[in-house]
Formats: sequence, structure tokens, C-alpha cells
Amino acid sequence: MSVPFYVSPEQIMRDKADFARKGIARGRSVVVLQYDEGIAFVAENPSRALHKISELYDRIGFAAVGKYNEFESLRVAGVRLADLRGYSYDRSDVTGRSLANAYAQTLGMMFTDAPKPLEVEIVVAEVGPSPDLDQLYRLMFDGSVADVRGFVAMGGTSEPITTELAAEWREAMSLSEVVRLAVRLLGEHGEDQARTLDADQLEVAVLDRTRPRRTFSRISQVRVAELLAD
Amino acid sequence: MTLGLPEPFHAAGSASFVDFLGSLHPERLPARGGTMDHGGAGAIAPHGTTIVALRTAEGVVMAGDRRATMGNIIAQNDIEKVFPADEFSLIGIAGTAGLAVELVRIFQVELEHYEKIEGLSLSLDGKANRLASMLRGNLGMAMQGLAVVPLFAGYDTARGTGRIFSYDVTGGRYEEHDFYAVGSGSVFARGSLKKLFSRGISTHDAVNVALEALYDAADDDSATGGPDMARGIYPVVAVVGPDGARILTDDETAPRVQAMMQSRMSRPNGPLSGAAGGEA
Repeated sequence: MSVPFYVSPEQIMRDKADFARKGIARGRSVVVLQYDEGIAFVAENPSRALHKISELYDRIGFAAVGKYNEFESLRVAGVRLADLRGYSYDRSDVTGRSLANAYAQTLGMMFTDAPKPLEVEIVVAEVGPSPDLDQLYRLMFDGSVADVRGFVAMGGTSEPITTELAAEWREAMSLSEVVRLAVRLLGEHGEDQARTLDADQLEVAVLDRTRPRRTFSRISQVRVAELLAD
Repeated sequence: MTLGLPEPFHAAGSASFVDFLGSLHPERLPARGGTMDHGGAGAIAPHGTTIVALRTAEGVVMAGDRRATMGNIIAQNDIEKVFPADEFSLIGIAGTAGLAVELVRIFQVELEHYEKIEGLSLSLDGKANRLASMLRGNLGMAMQGLAVVPLFAGYDTARGTGRIFSYDVTGGRYEEHDFYAVGSGSVFARGSLKKLFSRGISTHDAVNVALEALYDAADDDSATGGPDMARGIYPVVAVVGPDGARILTDDETAPRVQAMMQSRMSRPNGPLSGAAGGEA
């Protein structure tokens, strides 16, 4: 009987992390930013039907990068969990924190137990009554969570985008300002050559704190073009 | 995938909240069947009474009185029995109040859940059929005297018209083409609607017709409440059309109810056929 080769746990984890990182870097980036009246999600996504951004609950949105089938399954699980909570208790009892925790456990468990880690990175965002009560959770493929303020860039070439966001993002920017900033950075860093992204290559949505009850709304292409032209 | 959450969270292909809840926590679904002897429960559980709906040129108007009864007792005098089901539909409920309100709640979640998972709304027929199957699950309770009878109406964005659906306790679904009423006072309300309704009526006039019909129901049915002027409790009136569904505010309903009461001072039996629209 042959004895399997010994591979150290460190090596296994490193290999899995490299594998997941490579998969995530292959796609296009998504940027999530706070603005004066809510939280904006901006993704480079030529598809009109396969979304990277969606609604989880009244005040909670979801954005993901990586393998579509994997994050779609996580999104559906999130919608089910949120609706289950809201129905069993009350709509106000559904929080971004509890959803982020559920995702963190799922991602962490998949990373250690499954033969292949999930090649996804997720943002769960909850819009509050005022900007200082907004919450942004960034979840990595291994289940680690970061509670971030202001902005997140993930997927593709997210590092240079994050660096520039740190320099240019300010509190209380308007929607058109944050959309223009995000679109410019996505265009500059998406490929080797800097490009100008048009409305039909973008998926944009907001959690708008001024709306009653369901705050999530998708921004139409026409409106995106207007925001970019402002 | 073996993920942190139980299997039903990851089941592919279903966009139904009711099916999901049934597979994970069947005990949290609105009561299905029961163990009581049949017949006796109706007297101890509050009942909601009359709901009317009529098609207008723009969509549908739905209205409900505010009374819930428990035998000969008025259990509540400001209950709400008409709700927006989603952006383009309304649901009104008559029958056992506790079960009916729960049915509305889970129906609202069902529609929103589908919309979030699929990325688009169900068709109006799809919503009406979904409600029928949910109602069928309550048949056991209905046999024990705890019936729930909803009235569903919405704006069909594909056809560009308002539509009304009525139901029976077995989940039978019937489309109504002009107007309909459910609940204990429905016979009298329907008689009133029959005289005052005309096809292509404007939403503005239809609200008055609905208020008249509820007044006529309250006139002859002890379980239907009339407008309570002293406490400022007026019927709940909702409208749905191409701009979506909404409940009228008390500030919108109050002057119309007052005008109706005023004209009833001189004509206690209500306006003559076709005259209700012009009085507000």
C-alpha cells in the first residue's frame, strides 16, 4: 500500500489561497463607495442580465467578483436568509452584520473543508439613517471579514484602484462625483491601456437612504450617462 | 456544495419563499390544518368583514371597512384589511383576521423574494396563481370555521389594464371583469356596486363608489363597520394603476367620506344610479 506524500498545512493553505486569488484577479473590478445620500456600487459589466450587484434586503446590498455560479449561489442564500429573518422576526431585525457573519462562516468553511475554495470576493453594504451609520463589510475567499469605511475596490486590478481611491475619495461626495471617480479608475486600471468606459459597459446601483423601505435601486443606462456627463 | 448554511439555502431552481420556508421551518408557515373539533373556532377568533374592488379606466380601486368581529362583539374598530402586495398589486382580506393577516404577510414576502432572486417581478397571473396555491394550504383550517377569503387586484403591466381576482376557500381562482366584493357584507356591497358602477369609470369617481358600497354594506350587515366620524376612522382605500399601488391617506379619504355623509343626510339610501361619481 502506498503512503500519500506529506504536505504541510501551510503549503495546502498557501496553494488554496493562490488558486483563489488567481481566479478572482481574472475578472473585472467592482467598486463600492459611500456618498452623501447613500452607498453606490459601480461595476464594469457588459451583461444586462447577469448581475454582479443586487439587493439582499431593505437597506442591504450585495456586490461580488469572481466565479459567477459561486457568487450567485451565495447571493441567493443571502436573500433567503434575509427574508427568513425578516419574516420570522421583523424587517428591522435583518442586519448587514448578521449576513456578513453568515457569509464569513460559509466562505471560511469552504476554504478549509472543500477540495476547492470559492473564487469569490464579496461586499455586503448596509445603508444607515446617516453616513456615519453606514456599514461596509468586505469578505475574502478564506472567510476573513473587514469592516471598512468609505470605499472598497475588489477583483481584477483592485490594488491600484484602492490606492487612488484612498487619495481621491472624500466624505459627502455627491452621487455623480463618486460614479465619475469610480468609472474613471475602472477604465484606467481594467486593462494595460487606459480606456473610457461608457454607460452600456457599466452596472450601477445605489442604496439610497432617502427612499422609504426598499432603498436599493438600479440606475438605468440613460441615467448613468447623465451622471457621467454632469 | 457543502456550505455553512443548511441545504435548503443552496437548493437551485426555486424562487419561492414559501417552498423554502416549508423545507426548512415548516412550523413557521401560516397554520396548516389543526387539531380542534370542527366548527367551534369561528366564534372565538376575530373576523374581518367587507372588501370591495372595482376596475377603473386607469387600474383598480380597492377598499375595506375597519371592523373585526368576534361573535356579537366588535373585536377591533380600526383594523386594516387592504394592503399593497407589491409595487403593482393589492390584496384585501376577509375572514379569520389572524390567519388572513399572516397570509398577507407571507404573500408579500413571497412576491418580493421572487423579484429579488429572479431579478424581475412575477406576471400578474403568476401572482394570482401563487395566492391560490397558498390559500389551498389553509383548507384544513377553513373546514374548522377559520376561513380566509382574499380579494386580489393589480395592474397588469403587460396588458396595460387593471384586473381583479376573487378566490374561494379551496383555492379556486376567478377573474372578475367589473367589480367584486368579499366578506359578510359583500351581498349588500355588490348590490350597491351594481347600481353605481359603469365601465371606464375614472379612479376618482370609483373611490366614491367604493365608499358608497361600503356604507351600504354597513347599513345592512352588523359585522361591517361604517365610517366612524367621531374617532376619524375611515375605510382604507387603495388604488393601483400604471404608477403603482398606494393606500390613500386619511387626509385624502376624510373629505370624500364627509361629503358622502352630507349627501346621505338628504338621501339616506344613497345616490341614484350613476350619481355617486359627481358628488365629491
